[in-house]
Amino acid sequence: MRRLVSDTLVIAERNLVRLPRAPDLLLAFTVQPIMFVLLFVYVFGGAINTPGYDYVDFLIPGIIVQNIAFGGFVTALGLNEDLHKGLIDRFRSLPMARPAVLAGRTLADVVTNTLSVCVLVVTGLIIGFSFGTSAGEILAGFGILLLFGYAFSWVFALLGLLVNSPESANSLGFIAVFPLTFISSAFVPVASMPSALRWFADINPFTIVVDAMRSLWLGAPAGNSVWGAVAWSVGIIAVFAPLAVARYRRAAGGR
Amino acid sequence: MTTNVQDPAMRSGPPPTTPDSDDATIRVRGVVKSFGDVRALDGVDLEAASGTVLGLLGPNGAGKTTAVRVLTTLLKPDAGEIHVAGLDAVRDAARLRERIGLAGQYAAVDENLTGAENLTMVGRLYGMPRSQAKQRAGELLERFDLADAGGRPARGYSGGMRRRLDLAAALVARPPVLFLDEPTTGLDPRSRLALWETIEGLVADGTTVLLTTQYLDEADRLADRIAVIDHGKVIADGTSDELKDRVGGERLEIKLSDGAQAAAVGELLAPMAAEPPFTEDGVVKLAVRQRTGAIVEAVRRLDEAGVGIEDLGLKRPTLDDVFLTLTGHAAEASDDSENGKEERR
Repeated sequence: MRRLVSDTLVIAERNLVRLPRAPDLLLAFTVQPIMFVLLFVYVFGGAINTPGYDYVDFLIPGIIVQNIAFGGFVTALGLNEDLHKGLIDRFRSLPMARPAVLAGRTLADVVTNTLSVCVLVVTGLIIGFSFGTSAGEILAGFGILLLFGYAFSWVFALLGLLVNSPESANSLGFIAVFPLTFISSAFVPVASMPSALRWFADINPFTIVVDAMRSLWLGAPAGNSVWGAVAWSVGIIAVFAPLAVARYRRAAGGR
Repeated sequence: MTTNVQDPAMRSGPPPTTPDSDDATIRVRGVVKSFGDVRALDGVDLEAASGTVLGLLGPNGAGKTTAVRVLTTLLKPDAGEIHVAGLDAVRDAARLRERIGLAGQYAAVDENLTGAENLTMVGRLYGMPRSQAKQRAGELLERFDLADAGGRPARGYSGGMRRRLDLAAALVARPPVLFLDEPTTGLDPRSRLALWETIEGLVADGTTVLLTTQYLDEADRLADRIAVIDHGKVIADGTSDELKDRVGGERLEIKLSDGAQAAAVGELLAPMAAEPPFTEDGVVKLAVRQRTGAIVEAVRRLDEAGVGIEDLGLKRPTLDDVFLTLTGHAAEASDDSENGKEERR
């Protein structure tokens, strides 16, 4: 167990140390989300009716949830690259704890996710977003975001180990996650959608997490969304982490 | 599961189960590994004594890489026994990983980390404290002539530097047994020679090395024993000389001034030949019955018949010949074809 912790930290450190040397990734964490916030607020914002809230208040929790779900993309790309460059073989030939490569990879995502959440919140505050709740609730909101992002890192870990190339990880990831984030309460009120989409949006975990964020940061009625968000996150980890680790053990076994 | 073993007598005697710190042997018996319908390893036996180099020679797709992956615990065999450094590769996989080093076909280094960071990371994953891992990284960078480049990301390294870094990473924990999967594939001749010298140095220090290669000269130079592998089976093994002897004795090669006389020359020299002489690229080749006096006798016979000779010599068979004779196809289809243009049997 001590070995698992120390090996995980070594791998997490490796993934963070290399980050500033890949400037395109760093842009993906910072500039790209800012761009989306500005486009949504100033291009769509005037046309979208969000009863009870300014659009910027409505949007920030939603877009942060979308953004954090994609934060794990680095894991898919990174693991896929490691697999094809033979680094996974090297790691698997070392006397290290087996899950550490994945645990360290996803732990590094938590750090980069924290960075990009802070960038987005600051951007939001500058363009008029304001919190409507207590410090404790705001912090709880950060906690839920990071937990949900961590859960998606495991989804992307499995994806990165399954696909043949970073390109297919990219397109599969987008095809899977993009509609999920859009058919949710992230960008528009669910009530404005056609009934079939509304049915899907209501059970979509993204809606549940976004609603939880709005209750924790804006004071919107919570319902069961906060616990629902935690349950979804834990559930996703419980399913995808063992699948990813099992895949890792057999990784590249076909060559 | 039934396994295909060439020499059943070799299987006798129980394998050692207790690891001995001096034990750096490799013992493989009847290993089978299939992927779907494909038998990548079809009953492989291998043996390497401590401090020796075992060369695994074969063309692409012969099963060399699969063998290395099974021996380094990356893959579980379907059947058979593997003991490396006194440890069972299946039951004691975790402990075995502490005693082996692996350098792959593609240099497995993190391009975005510096040389020093790469080696330090590997050291820490072997369980060394950070300071010790750093110190060991420094030693290895020095030894592999990478001290100046150690602070730069590996992305900017040349192919030879990456291979050296990869090999250094495999040596971080001073493993008694080292696995090198095609260590010089894709390297320029100078880097290749330098890497050979490094490997020879490691062996001189007592490391056991299993090396796969598709280069015959590489196996010839480095390996104490060579196992020729094709279609997942070891089709021959022995020292380089033993393998060459299996192909037959020495061969007289005569280049004629007038290629049209080849058939006549074949008849003239037939009494000296162990097998019927044949002609390849205008050169008459024959396996001689007796080495002593062969050249003199050939010159005398040809001179008496008034045949002009441009060049004449006794050649030992090369490993190319070995490969061709054993498998019926050349080791490399595209180049190195000087001995491989015709089927000889």
